Amino acid sequence: MAKIKTLADLKKMKEDLRSKVDLREKADSPESYVQIKVGMATSGIASGAKEIMDFLIEALEKRNIEAVVTQTGDMGYCFAEPTIEVKKPGEEPIVFGYVDTEKADEIIEKYIKLGELVEGIIPVNYQVIDEDK
Amino acid sequence: MTKYKMYLLVCGGTGCRASASDSIVENLKQELETKGLQDEVQVLMTGCFGFCEKGPIVKVQPDNTFYTQVKPEDCAEIIEEHIVKGRKVNRLLYEDPENKKHIEDSKHMNFYKKQIRIALRNCGFIDPENVDEYIARDGYSALGKCLSELTPKDVVDQIKESGLRGRGGGGFPTGLKWEIAAKNEADQKYVVCNADEGDPGAFMDRSILEGDPHAVLEAMAICGYSMGATKGLIYIRAEYPLAIKRLKIALEQAREYGLLGTDILGTGFEFDIEIRYGAGAFVCGEETSLIHSMEGLRGEPTIKPPYPAEKGYLGKPTNVNNVETYANITAIINKGANWFNKIGTEKSKGTKVFALAGKINNVGLIEVPMGTTLREVIFEIGGGIKDGKKFKAVQTGGPSGGCLTEKHLDTPIDFDNLLAAGSMMGSGGMIVMDEDNCMVATAKFYLDFTVEESCGKCSPCRIGNKRLYELLDRITQGKAEMEDLQRLRNMCYVIKDTSLCGLGQTSPNPILSTLDNFWDEYVAHITDHKCPAGQCKDLMKYEVVEENCVGCTACARVCPVGAISGDKKQTHYIDPAICIKCGACEERCKFDAIIVK
Ligand SMILES: Cc1cc2nc3c(=O)[nH]c(=O)nc-3n(C[C@H](O)[C@H](O)[C@H](O)COP(=O)(O)O)c2cc1C
Repeated sequence: MAKIKTLADLKKMKEDLRSKVDLREKADSPESYVQIKVGMATSGIASGAKEIMDFLIEALEKRNIEAVVTQTGDMGYCFAEPTIEVKKPGEEPIVFGYVDTEKADEIIEKYIKLGELVEGIIPVNYQVIDEDK
Repeated sequence: MTKYKMYLLVCGGTGCRASASDSIVENLKQELETKGLQDEVQVLMTGCFGFCEKGPIVKVQPDNTFYTQVKPEDCAEIIEEHIVKGRKVNRLLYEDPENKKHIEDSKHMNFYKKQIRIALRNCGFIDPENVDEYIARDGYSALGKCLSELTPKDVVDQIKESGLRGRGGGGFPTGLKWEIAAKNEADQKYVVCNADEGDPGAFMDRSILEGDPHAVLEAMAICGYSMGATKGLIYIRAEYPLAIKRLKIALEQAREYGLLGTDILGTGFEFDIEIRYGAGAFVCGEETSLIHSMEGLRGEPTIKPPYPAEKGYLGKPTNVNNVETYANITAIINKGANWFNKIGTEKSKGTKVFALAGKINNVGLIEVPMGTTLREVIFEIGGGIKDGKKFKAVQTGGPSGGCLTEKHLDTPIDFDNLLAAGSMMGSGGMIVMDEDNCMVATAKFYLDFTVEESCGKCSPCRIGNKRLYELLDRITQGKAEMEDLQRLRNMCYVIKDTSLCGLGQTSPNPILSTLDNFWDEYVAHITDHKCPAGQCKDLMKYEVVEENCVGCTACARVCPVGAISGDKKQTHYIDPAICIKCGACEERCKFDAIIVK
């Protein structure tokens, strides 16, 4: 380990190290960020949920959108797998079905960035996916 | 650098480690490798999450899933189900004691809802053995800011402005203490961290050192800068091996980065820290004893003044602060005194860490803003009393504190309110008692501790506490008279007034507060020869209920001292002179024929 010689060096080092704790910090106050849950039950994985998750994480980072992407079990919409739930700060969550990378891209560009609705929303009568399972 | 998508945080506090968190880390890593996920998911051993009741804890980030009582065998399932398939392992989730529902994440647990973490901000969050994690969380930036942007006086002013008061027991204003030490001129000065933590049941300071050692090192360096000291000393009891290990790692890493040593961050400031070991004597937590112990002398107190800030270690100006006090410093420098002094009550700012113990559902470590009520701590965060029993009292302040009751439950916790209620903040132990706890026996427990821990230098403490203990012992045996209560009280006042140090000046508090709040219970022991809580064995009597006894002889056979006699099919008899009140007969009897009176 080399010595840190100035406060500026320390600050730079902190910036470089930020990604180490960034995700954990966001997770600590998830309500202030865009939260995305990717349905990942067996059917979800088979239908490509893992790729969608990886895509979302990278795409959001590239576009500097602060978000927390997590995975969740079966959302109960197997017919529409892969499904993702998007919750913007202070808004109700919305579930999208048949999400492929193209759709995911559209969701980021239109819904997350501009607040426009895109096709593929699954009407729901629940509050949060994970509740009363 | 690998960018992880998920984290598995495993509690590496002393409690959880005792129950296998090392092998949990090992197994989780192995399972991840089998699945080829080691570059996507990182396993970290962190400091204490506080929820010790249900340890070992594994927390999954970013979804905040909180797995409790995890065993090494559970790791495969966690990886396969949660990490691969995204399905939570329900059986390991925390169950709400009220509605028996599984709670998915820590954000929804009552235990965490009212907590604010300043001193514990990195505990259970970072890997304490990796300085990079600390730096990523703004670590050492407060020191950097002080050294390059603030004068020593600015630093003292910030701390004064914040309203921070010492967390080691006395609640002395920290900024004022720093100012006095800064004003006293000398060729050498010392910064001391008091990590003796001697109160029975306390583990706040240990958890901070285990979970975030750099926070204390950085604060000590800041203190050194503010008062003009280049040497720091941490006095820690040798019974804290894990905290010591992590401190040593932290010291080494800080030195390698040049964050301790000479010319820190190119500013010319010099500071380094040594560890000194204590042998675990309670009195050595008292600052003058602590200093003598570090000097190689007997761990005995001396009269103040002179205070350590004038004449401390080796006769030089010395600032002594508690671990938790230091753990607040960097947050104050980084976020500003005005951020800190908005939290808390008028005269007690910020938060306080408590170790919840006793008859409470959620035993553990918590940090709440000053001004939180005892009720919120015990019934909301602590989840109420175990086994649906009735709350009786809460002991705060350890051997120097007192027992508070039902009528104090809505008292907002701060230094002055607890004192006014007849107890004190102390270092943050909180022992909850239910209807089965005898208050006389509780006072006796603490006196037993002080008698054992008194250094013997001054006679009020050495002899007086022993006499107090003997009186209490007589009461619990039903051999005391009513006049003894007056004698007890008088002696308490004399010892408080005449003892040399804080130990004897406060040791009668557990008696005085129980006399005030539980007078009837003392009287019952003396006049009725009864212990209403059923705890004092000497006052218990096992008897056979004649109508119920069928003469099966089971009790006589199980009695270890042969106190039970009686022929087959005849009513049995327990000889009270021989009976040792072990309760074995009562447990064995199938006919409810043995009762305790
Ligand atoms: C008998 C006795 C034991 C003490 N034990 C401790 C202790 O274990 N840890 C501690 O920080 N302070 C302890 N103190 C208080 C210290 O004397 C001192 O006030 C404290 O370390 C100052 O730091 P603070 O202002 O940050 O609280 C004890 C005091 C007495 C009288």
